Amino acid sequence: MMKQATVVALLLATVPAWAQELSGGKVKVGVLTDLNGVYSALSGPGSVKAAEMAAADFMKAHPEYAGKVEVSGVDHQNKPDVATNKATEMIERDGVDAIFDVPTSSCALAVAGVVKTRAALFIDITAGTTELTNEQCNIHTFHYAYDNWMLANGTGTTVTKRGGNTWFMIYPNYKFGQNLELQMRKAVLASGGKLVAPSEATPFPNTDFSAYLLKAQSLRPQVFGTMQAGADLVNVVKQYNEFALKKAGIGLAIGLLFDTDVDALGQDAFVGAVATVPWFWNMDEPSKKWSADFQKAFGKKPSWAQGGVYSAVRTYLEAVHRAKSDNTEKVRAALEGYSFSDFYARNATIRPQDHRVILDVLQVEVKPKSEAKEERDYFKIIARTPAAQAFMPLSESVCKMGK
Amino acid sequence: MGRLLVIQVFNGLVNGAFYALLSLGLAVIFGMLRIVNFAHGALYMLGAFAAYALGDQFGIGFWPALILGPLVVGLVGLAIERLLLRRLYALPPAYILLLTFGLTLLIQDGVRLVYGISGAPYSGPSQLAGVTDLGFVVFPTYRLFVIAVSVVVCGATYWLIERTRVGAVVRACTENPTVTRTFGIDVSLWVTAVFCFGTALAGLAGVLAAPIYSVDPLMGSELIITTFAVVVIGGMGSILGSILTGFLVGVLVAIGSALYPPIANTLVFILMAGVLLFRPTGLFGLPERA
Repeated sequence: MMKQATVVALLLATVPAWAQELSGGKVKVGVLTDLNGVYSALSGPGSVKAAEMAAADFMKAHPEYAGKVEVSGVDHQNKPDVATNKATEMIERDGVDAIFDVPTSSCALAVAGVVKTRAALFIDITAGTTELTNEQCNIHTFHYAYDNWMLANGTGTTVTKRGGNTWFMIYPNYKFGQNLELQMRKAVLASGGKLVAPSEATPFPNTDFSAYLLKAQSLRPQVFGTMQAGADLVNVVKQYNEFALKKAGIGLAIGLLFDTDVDALGQDAFVGAVATVPWFWNMDEPSKKWSADFQKAFGKKPSWAQGGVYSAVRTYLEAVHRAKSDNTEKVRAALEGYSFSDFYARNATIRPQDHRVILDVLQVEVKPKSEAKEERDYFKIIARTPAAQAFMPLSESVCKMGK
Repeated sequence: MGRLLVIQVFNGLVNGAFYALLSLGLAVIFGMLRIVNFAHGALYMLGAFAAYALGDQFGIGFWPALILGPLVVGLVGLAIERLLLRRLYALPPAYILLLTFGLTLLIQDGVRLVYGISGAPYSGPSQLAGVTDLGFVVFPTYRLFVIAVSVVVCGATYWLIERTRVGAVVRACTENPTVTRTFGIDVSLWVTAVFCFGTALAGLAGVLAAPIYSVDPLMGSELIITTFAVVVIGGMGSILGSILTGFLVGVLVAIGSALYPPIANTLVFILMAGVLLFRPTGLFGLPERA
């Protein structure tokens, strides 16, 4: 008994010798997201839950971290000014070591500005803008899962190569839409396709797209490309069906498609539509297994953004483990150039030059409900793009990181 | 270009159909109660969700929903008037503005709690699926139906209020409630009925919108702003004004956005500003009574 106690005491005494150097004795993971607004279904509370799962699984895999990883969820209301304030508070008041998720490009860019000069990392998952790893890149900001270049290039190239040679595109007239349209147009032209008419800018937000659909009806392209997102996308697709464009032989290519968009309209409205995603919940066995755990914890199947939050948080924590510290610069060094694979990020590499996390991505087609085996069984894979081709090549990147 | 403009007239009529139904509801309520119902957009959204819920939970199709949806929303209107509005008539109008604005937030968040933020799928009746070839344009059959329903309902409402005994009573209650009461007419009952009717019109617009627009908790918040502009252009409380202006604004905005797309979202407000400058009481409004 006495001997045992001595051993334990000795063990405890030796802990600091091999333990991690953690600020405040803890690794603090912050999920800054839209907890109530329009993106709360695809990220929001589910993202927080995914981060909690990543922390729990990490602590299970590395028992020496038991009780030392803390996750908090904060609402940014999709407002860049709120995002700036909250991110600053998280870092300076709460001692958060890394911020994750951050949907809405304007909010993501705001947070990138906050971490630039502070001792914290930012790994964005749910925003699309390529500026995070280009014009506004910095040494503390990383971009995980997807971006506009990857979406547009993947879908534009794949659809054109599959025989969709003539295109007509519409895009919402703000930064995200303009950027997505430009990238997709480039991809279509580079793959030998052509535009039957210049792309049309639509007001944002907008509910009535009939004028553009009638134009498509008379232009008769093989592919109608829509860069709309969220509720605008739902309106476009609803009216695409209403105007019977598919029956007229006009296929649908979608810039950014989340699982929640299909929820909102029903699977059959999207049948045949092609989009690019980094991952989806039932793409293979390991993913299904993780998604089952997520559903048990959260009550719903994960969106592809929420899966990305888990993967990103886990990757970050493993880097903390390798660095044996949560020191911002040490973890950054452990992340840069790191190559890995998990159920979500296949053949992934964190590019040190621009902090773009590249990974294999999927081109998917929405299958009819009659082929769905269970709830939210939406996608079938029609092509895979390897990591090296899936993202903007470094030669095109304008990132000047400056360390 | 000429063909495009003709097409846009049809598109404009569809949008106008919704503006007309919504602004008519607002006008009826404003005419009788002298209140501006900020919750009108939320009630429109509620109509769309009523159609969805009736189908999803009870298997009730579009046609019964076209009747039941407005009824459900009308009953919500009844509850709002009897339980809440009634208590505020004696207070300055700002209180009712705040109340109906607060109700909007409550209804939106309530629907979001139940159905989520990303919205609900809803498809129109199979009888009206597909497109109709009008010769110069291939147009979705359902949209033509929307225009027809709106014209019929708006026309019937106008006839009811301007040409029948029921309408005479309603107008009497509006003109001079005290004198009307001396004729043995229960004015407070009529106030409730009119509010109910106005909200039911919003519900009807919601059900009609469900098959073509995204059914989500915020679907009413954009539309209601345009609708208020329509009401101002038409003249507050004018029945005929709100109907005609609804269709007119729909068509003008559609044509304007075909000629110069960036103006689409702003045109209605430019019109409003112009009308306010030259005819402060609106196109069909009467000069303010002293």
